[in-house]
Amino acid sequence: MEVFVQQLINGITLGSIYGLIAIGYTMVYGIIGMVNFAHGDVFMVSVFIALVALMILTSWLGVAPIALALLIVLIVSMVFTSIVNWTIERVAYRPLRGSFRLAPLISAIGMSIFLSNFVQVAQGPRNKSIPPMLNDVIVLMSGNGYDVTVSYKQIAIWLTTAVLLTVFALLVARTSLGRAQRACEQDQKMAALLGVDVDRTISITFVIAAALAAVAGTMYLMYYGVVSFYDGFVPGIKAFTAAVLGGIGSLPGAVLGGLLIGLIETMWSAYFSIDYKDVAAFCVLVITLIFLPQGLLGRPDVEKV
Amino acid sequence: MSAAPNTRIDVARALRDAAWTALLAFGLFLPLIGFLTVQNLNNTLILETRFGLLATFVAITALGRLAYELVIAPMRARAALRPAPAKPSRLRLLMAMLGRGFTPFGIGFIVVYPVIVLTINGTGGAVKWIDNFGIQIMIYVMLGWGLNIVVGLAGLLDLGYVAFYAVGAYSYALLAKNFGLTFWMLLPLSGILAAFWGILLGFPVLRLRGDYLAIVTLAFGEIIRLVLINWVPVTNGYAGISGVPRPTFFGIPFNASDEGFAAVFGLEFTPLYRTIFLYYVILALALVTAFVTLRLRRLPVGRAWEALREDEIACRALGINTTNTKLTAFAMGAMFAGFAGSFFAARQGFISPESFTFLESATIVAIVVLGGMGSMVGVAVAAIVVIGGTEIMRDLDFLKQIFGDTFDPTQYRMLFFGLGMVLIMVWRPRGFVETRQPSVALKERMAISADLVKEGRG
Repeated sequence: MEVFVQQLINGITLGSIYGLIAIGYTMVYGIIGMVNFAHGDVFMVSVFIALVALMILTSWLGVAPIALALLIVLIVSMVFTSIVNWTIERVAYRPLRGSFRLAPLISAIGMSIFLSNFVQVAQGPRNKSIPPMLNDVIVLMSGNGYDVTVSYKQIAIWLTTAVLLTVFALLVARTSLGRAQRACEQDQKMAALLGVDVDRTISITFVIAAALAAVAGTMYLMYYGVVSFYDGFVPGIKAFTAAVLGGIGSLPGAVLGGLLIGLIETMWSAYFSIDYKDVAAFCVLVITLIFLPQGLLGRPDVEKV
Repeated sequence: MSAAPNTRIDVARALRDAAWTALLAFGLFLPLIGFLTVQNLNNTLILETRFGLLATFVAITALGRLAYELVIAPMRARAALRPAPAKPSRLRLLMAMLGRGFTPFGIGFIVVYPVIVLTINGTGGAVKWIDNFGIQIMIYVMLGWGLNIVVGLAGLLDLGYVAFYAVGAYSYALLAKNFGLTFWMLLPLSGILAAFWGILLGFPVLRLRGDYLAIVTLAFGEIIRLVLINWVPVTNGYAGISGVPRPTFFGIPFNASDEGFAAVFGLEFTPLYRTIFLYYVILALALVTAFVTLRLRRLPVGRAWEALREDEIACRALGINTTNTKLTAFAMGAMFAGFAGSFFAARQGFISPESFTFLESATIVAIVVLGGMGSMVGVAVAAIVVIGGTEIMRDLDFLKQIFGDTFDPTQYRMLFFGLGMVLIMVWRPRGFVETRQPSVALKERMAISADLVKEGRG
């Protein structure tokens, strides 16, 4: 029981990170119907940006309250990652809009390889680790000599995820920008005829996706304290799995899918085998797509001739 | 925006654009180029600055933009204003003539390639050229042609193709090591096993289309790799399988012993004979792949694949069994990957899961798409460009003389590979060979633009 509760807490934390990345996949897929393969690597780049920003703040400028430092890091990382993703869309995907369907996917795969190798060359291939922070824990319950704890950083992750999700959900549901996005999702030509700047809307979608990936990246750095250039691929695939599981195109679906994938992964590691935890996540992806292709909260795909 | 393209050079605008580009480049490169995180002697992470390098990057980007605005863009605008020539230019005609003779000439060149390399480089330097370039490229040509059946003909995007390559390689390695079976017995067997896996993995994904299919096949590829890593008792995990038996020349081994190839034929022993033998084996395998594909395109099943690529619903309406059609495409593609895999294991003598990462699948898909999806010659050219290009980047030692001894060109290999993929897609989204030969023609055979063909609808 204690192990179960502890894994539940860990799983929700991990799931929040996956959910934030998954939103990037689901929004981009929704608006231009493309699996943005490089999104996992954009997430990895954001972790590196957060790392650099954190080190400038703590070791150079000596910002003492760690919470304040993390808040600044979060904003800096969101801004710079947005610039990166905006440029990627402009350079690698926009020229291919209206081209045949595989072209942007191949371009995205190329971009993914480029980003991970760029970081490897620019920052070196070794793991970067920082000392752990926000280590204090709250003991929730104890029994059989086992304490169920929730750490401050886990609470920070939950709160940040919840707040930012609400903000972005309102952005999509209530503002004119969100309306333009939903219009482009349904019919780009018609939206353009009605005066929606499609290119700008798509660019902003990429910027939002990157900003949320940067939130996930900062959380990831805070939680694990270690990152390498290769850390974009597997979280990227799992977040995509989450997006598909929740129903691609649906924002709440992405978060729900992320939480489920996080829980499945931690529970599998705790009760079955830690070696096969990635296999479990991939099997979930396969099973979902085969038996529930529209996902948990997605609309069924109508086959048109 | 004026109606006619502006051919006059607007310097003020160019400068403004360059300034914006510089600002953007500054934002892009500041965190990861401007700062370097390094481990110091106490193993703690410290920060170093590289503002000089950052300035160089920003300057190069801005100057590139300026050059584009001032030189390239006006040139393009002028070219666009010029009326199109009535007759195709001489260069075009020459290219067309070359294009017609390309296939027989290319095959002839590939057949005599080892001889050419031997006469130029002598026995010492030839191994590298035949092995690293010849055999390596031919393996990818074969994989490209195999995947071409699935992606180019049947229109099913498979991002986990390397799984079948791995099945072939591990089948050969395990069966040869544990049961002592020979290369020539295991070659067909690995193909059959891979085809079996193709059907097994193809079956659940039959209902999926397009991108979903791509991602599920990617997941399958990763699952197989993770199983290879974690199933240590059988596959030896990360350490891989070493000492895989090498192929023999119809029972005569390639070694220095008295029964070895060199001794039997009264030649002096060099490792070159095995390399040349392997080269011709993979050449034969690749040509068989091409031949089978070309013949299959004329059979009902090949026609059904191409019909499936164009329109699945129409296929079903016409009574084509789409299930069987997709499964045969998966099985045929997987079979050739299995052949290539067992050849790979026999050539290396050592295999590990490292050789079967997603990057390999991406490389093969890139080769097929760059080749123009469905064009055999295009796939071969793309394999030469992609694999040859990355192999050449392994030994660019002269760059060390320019950039100093600490410069390591091999680091940049995959960086430029990824960048190249993006640039080629932006430049030619349809791949190198943009035209198609329809398999059925009413009056005369003619090539059509690939823009008229849909694919990847799976």
